[in-house]
Order: sequence, then structure tokens, then C-alpha cells
Amino acid sequence: MLESVLVANRGEIARRIIRTARLIGIRAVAVYSDADADLPYVGEADQAVRIGPAQPAKSYLDAAAIIEAAAQTNAKAVHPGYGFLAENAGFARQVIAAGLTWVGPGPEAIEQMGDKIRARNLMEQAGVPVSPGSREPVTDIKAALAEGERIGYPVMVKAAAGGGGIGMGVAHDPADLNAAFDTARSRAERFFGSPEILLERYVQRARHVEVQILGLADGRVLALGERDCSVQRRHQKVAEETPSPGVDHALREQMLAAAVRAGQAVGYRGAGTVECLVDTDAGSFVFLEMNTRLQVEHPVTELVTGIDLVEQQFLIAAGQPPSFDPAAVNPQGHALELRIYAEDPKRFLPGPGTITQWDEPEGDGIRVDAGYQAGNTVTPFYDPLLAKLCIHGADRQQTLDRARDAVAAFTVKGPKTNLAFHAELLDNPQFVSGDYDTSLISRMRPN
Amino acid sequence: MAEIRAEMVANVWKVVAAQGDHVDDGDTLVILESMKMEIPVLAESAGTITTLHVAEGDVVQEGDLIAEID
Repeated sequence: MLESVLVANRGEIARRIIRTARLIGIRAVAVYSDADADLPYVGEADQAVRIGPAQPAKSYLDAAAIIEAAAQTNAKAVHPGYGFLAENAGFARQVIAAGLTWVGPGPEAIEQMGDKIRARNLMEQAGVPVSPGSREPVTDIKAALAEGERIGYPVMVKAAAGGGGIGMGVAHDPADLNAAFDTARSRAERFFGSPEILLERYVQRARHVEVQILGLADGRVLALGERDCSVQRRHQKVAEETPSPGVDHALREQMLAAAVRAGQAVGYRGAGTVECLVDTDAGSFVFLEMNTRLQVEHPVTELVTGIDLVEQQFLIAAGQPPSFDPAAVNPQGHALELRIYAEDPKRFLPGPGTITQWDEPEGDGIRVDAGYQAGNTVTPFYDPLLAKLCIHGADRQQTLDRARDAVAAFTVKGPKTNLAFHAELLDNPQFVSGDYDTSLISRMRPN
Repeated sequence: MAEIRAEMVANVWKVVAAQGDHVDDGDTLVILESMKMEIPVLAESAGTITTLHVAEGDVVQEGDLIAEID
């Protein structure tokens, strides 16, 4: 097993990784910026190293500072969490070149999946369904209009090197496409350093459903069930559940098999997620993208399977077999994750601030992965995720009942939070029925 | 005289308008960035920007004065 690991991240995910590391006897090293010195994960690690000022570019995105921190503390491995440098193949290579173990997939797999056009082409070759879309980068509006014509409207316009919903836009006709293309291209350049754009047929009534995969050290690829992530605002997830209420047994089997083929096509090692769009009218699915890292919403899979995914990441990185029998995976019950964001519950605008009160719910089936505690300051420098309220129940109804009680019992004072939105979601007839798609929040907040 | 104030703690990402500019209701004055989101700050009435209190890279607190429009 690994002797030690440096966790190159912050907040709830750093804390969550440190928890498993310590549980299985791996020395955990945290890194932090000046803005995060008081957060719980810093105190819970065996050692902690300041890596720079609050700005991400000067701290959590500073590869040299992180590798230097590993050298200083004699850490033998690096776990990147999600976001920041997690899907940066260059960083993975630097970690490996420094003689450290990279807790993640190989840099080649990260690269192949990071380029969304290359990934689509590769998936198509591997027999994974993809929607009609670009086979090469679209770099000017003339080419975009020709692609729009060929693919058929409506189309989704997005950055080929992108992610996180940033710069994505839907175009219903050529006039829309002019505007969507400009926005996507300027955001692509600013956030991802590449102006390359991808067009894809837009699925109107779609659910966003993803499959958790695990590439084992012996080369086998497992699919550990799906997560429905259709509750989204600004193309970003707010709640996730498993199993998906919109996927029946036959469709699930097809999706899991396709996700395994996707992982095999890139020789995938470790935890990854194959994101798909499910067309609720047609009962079919297409590949969207693959996230080559631990996913934010991984706890719902852990709750129903009883498998600690971070532990499997460490085992696989060390070349060892998983801690469970792959033939005996048998998901039990239903699980839901509610993302508690520092934002107002009506318009979802950021509301950072100092936390004066923080009381987490407790009870059967309740798990809270929190990045903060009372006294901490939520700053504007990072994403708004405060905590993940995760709920497990025997079935969906019991899970939703427990979730209502848990949301009511969760008190956060100081920053704004979306807890009131979650209370509303849990009483929304469409969400409660299970028959919802990615337009749910925009229908709850029409304007 | 209208005072435009910050709605939240944020970094000033872009200053779009300049002191002395004439603006219409709804025009973007500055773009703030908070928690990985861009938030445009808009003029709430037509007029001339008499004072602009922020520069790119500043950190504003909730309630801080951003601009005055007359």
C-alpha cells in the first residue's frame, strides 16, 4: 500500500480523501492557500503545507508549488481530487516524472478524454452511441453554420477543451448560432486556453445520467451503476440520485456495457465517470463526455454499493486488487446527494461570507461531506460548494422523506445558502414523481 | 444621483464603463467575479457616470460603492 499521499485540493473533497487515507493507514498531507488556512481539512491532515495566496493560479493550480510541497513532506503519492489540476495531463506527467505515484488514470487517457472531439470520435469507434456532431474542431462562424446545417438544429455549442458548463449554449437556428458561437469561443479562450468549438445535436427532453466506472490494476473495467444528475442550474449539477428514476433495467444494462467499452477503449485505470444524455422520449442514450477523476457526486454510489471509491483509487494506484469482490456488487436502496451551495435560493447568485452557525443534520442514512465549519469564511475565490448532504434509504420514498427532515435540520448562518431551494425541490411534484429532465430548475424559476 | 453598490463579496474582473460616460438603464458598468461566476453590474437609470469607485483586480465587499450616476 502507499505510505503517504499529498492531496492537491481543498474544501470538502480534500477532507473526504484525507478521511479514507487516514482510515487505511496512509499518511495524509494537505496543501492550502492563505484563504483556507482555517478549514477543517487542514487540521485533519497529518501535515499541512501553505502553497500560496488565495488566487487559484498562485496556489491550487501551481503545479511546481504542489510538487515542492510533496518533496518537503516526503509524500510518495499525489491525489488531485476533482477540478483544479485533476484533469491536467501535464501535471500528471510532472508528478510521475518527480518519482511520485499519481492517484488517477494515465496521462494518455486524460488527454484522449479531455479533448471532447477526439473523445467523441474514439467512443464512436468503440461502439458507444454519440449524438450527431463535429468530427473536427470548428474554428470560425462560417464552418459553424455549415455544421449546424449538416447536424440539424437545435445544436449545443461548447468548448472542445471545456467543462463545467462554462460557455455552453443552445442554438435553435442560424441567428442563434451566431451569438452562441461568439460566446462559446470567447469563454473557451478565456477559461480553457483554446478557441476550438464543438457542435452537437441538442437533445430536447433529456436526462443527464452518468455511469461510475473503475479500471482495476489487472486491466478489467467495472461499471458500478448510474447516477441521475438532471437537476441542474447553468448546466451545473445541484442534486444527484441513484438509481435513476428515468432508466429501466434494459437501458441500464446497455449504458453500463457502453461505459465499460468506453473505459476499455482508453485502457482506463482508477475511478472515472462516463456522462450520457438519455433521450426520455426515445428511451435511448448518447455519450456526452468522460470525467477522468473522482466525481463530486461519488458518495451516492458509495452509499448504495458500500464501496469506498477513494480506497479503491489508492489500491489501484498501488497496483493492488480492489477491497471488494467485483462479481458480488449488489446495490441496495436509493441514494440522493444535495449540493449545499453558498448562493441565494432564488436566483442562484453567489453569497460568500463568514459562517456564524453551522449545524449538520444527523440520523439514519445521513452522510454530510462538508468543507467548512462555524467560524470559517467562505471566500469568493473558489466554487460555491459548502457541503454535500447525502441521504440513503431503503427506497426512493424513504430517501426523500429522510432528505426533507435533513434539509430542515441543516442550519448555516452567515453566507447565503440554497437550503431553501432544496426544501422546495423535495416538494416539487415533478421531482417527487421522478419524471423530470434537465429543464426542471428552469421551469421552477421561469423568467 | 444613483448609487450602484456591490451585491456580494467579489473580485472586480472587468471595468466596462469609464468615468464621464453616458449610460442607459441596463448598460453594463463592471463585471464582478465571485465563486467562478461572472456577475455583470448594471446601470439602474440613464445618466452620466460621475464617479467610478473600483478598478480591475479590486476586491469589493457586499454594499461597497461601485459607481455614481447623475
